[in-house]
Amino acid sequence: MCLAIPGRIVELVPGQAHLRTVEVAGVRRKVDLGLLQDDMPAVGDWVLIHVGFAMTKISEQDAAEQMHLLSMLGETEQAIQEVRGYGLADAGGFSRANTTGIQSGDPLSMNEHLA
Amino acid sequence: MRYVDEFRNPELITKASDEIHRLAGSGRHYRIMEVCGGHTHAIYRFGLKDILPSNIELIHGPGCPVCVLPMGRIDDGLTVATNSNVVFAAFGDMMRVPGTDGSPLEHKARGTDVRIVYSPADALQLARMNPGKHVMFFAIGFETTAPSTALTLMRAKGEGVRNFSVFCNHVTIVPAIRAILDSPDMRLDGFIGPGHVSTVIGCRPYEWIARNEGKPVVTSGFEPLDLLQSIVMLLRQLQAGEARVENQYKRAVPWEGNRAALKAMAEVFQLRPYFEWRGLGFISQSALKIRDEYAEWDAERRFPIPGTRVTDPKAAQCGEVLKGVLKPPQCKLFGKECTPERPIGALMVSTEGSCAAYYNYELRKAAAMVTRIGSVA
Repeated sequence: MCLAIPGRIVELVPGQAHLRTVEVAGVRRKVDLGLLQDDMPAVGDWVLIHVGFAMTKISEQDAAEQMHLLSMLGETEQAIQEVRGYGLADAGGFSRANTTGIQSGDPLSMNEHLA
Repeated sequence: MRYVDEFRNPELITKASDEIHRLAGSGRHYRIMEVCGGHTHAIYRFGLKDILPSNIELIHGPGCPVCVLPMGRIDDGLTVATNSNVVFAAFGDMMRVPGTDGSPLEHKARGTDVRIVYSPADALQLARMNPGKHVMFFAIGFETTAPSTALTLMRAKGEGVRNFSVFCNHVTIVPAIRAILDSPDMRLDGFIGPGHVSTVIGCRPYEWIARNEGKPVVTSGFEPLDLLQSIVMLLRQLQAGEARVENQYKRAVPWEGNRAALKAMAEVFQLRPYFEWRGLGFISQSALKIRDEYAEWDAERRFPIPGTRVTDPKAAQCGEVLKGVLKPPQCKLFGKECTPERPIGALMVSTEGSCAAYYNYELRKAAAMVTRIGSVA
């Protein structure tokens, strides 16, 4: 829930002033920038995203560190799955990673440990 | 057990750790609460307790919105979906939370239309795409998430999307901290303040903790170094007999918070007179409800809500663990009847729940030990 995902604004979205196309680890999705409307970031800026909304602008350095932090927390797969799911691209998916809270890519996840 | 050199900035971490040991050396026992479930998760994941001296005790706070949601609210939401032929849309971490009659996932298996969404905006999109169905977004979360729900409701109203509503379980963090401070069984010296909640509400809302209760608060980032630095800052204040709010997470938290986010919340939500929190009981002015201007998008006004109140299974000690009175392994069910695979309470389901965090940490420690023994043998 506290998951804050760093992404780079790559494109405006025609006809939707509050949306931007944001890229996270190679995945592109539309993110709502309504919470940053007082100081709208520009294309090329980095933002921290939470549940499909940009929460704050960050530096590129902070974005790289945040990505590293997510990997240290074992949350990279969860973060990428979340971003992939924006725009209902993955609607209704019930893969292991988002229902157990344990990342299936984690080498010490439950099943591998019990195997 | 994590070794310091596995972290980035090992020299800075060693420096912070040394400073903590030096400051804490007096032998006084320090009790510091980290409020936010994300911090609990990070503390366990990074094995920070192993780096800290034994006279610093980290107490887990109630900042896990899935964990503090009473079971009756899940039951109510699922009842609406089942009886009123409504799509129940929620975040992934809600899906395995036990209700009286099964989790959302289990209800889905029995025919209720339950969908995962990763954003409230996507729940609204589901409604736009399915004009023949009603989509109810089961909203949970603290102030980090509430502004996004608020904006989504503003967009729904602006566009006139009528087949959409929100079942609102948003809660606010400060009353929970107040309830813990008021609790007779809790003695605390200071707080590691929430990270991303503070991105929205800023640091001002914690000033009364310092001023009225005399406890320092340091809002912290989530890196191992952030948390250790925050503990250094707390110890320095405690040693000097000070109590102030400090911001360690300056790169993401503005002191005044996010004005647009606060404005959106004020436009759409108002405080409920009281709300029931799992483990903490009824707390006044601690939760958000949807304003009259948005009544049409309020699931509690669109649909009959049973108002179910459920007591947790007697043996489960979720409430005491949530308040920090018990540590996860002190609950009688921990690791036996209650595991992440078969959770009894939400603290074992949610990634931010202290029980799940502790359980997975213990697993990792045990596995690492096995690996070490195996490699030495």
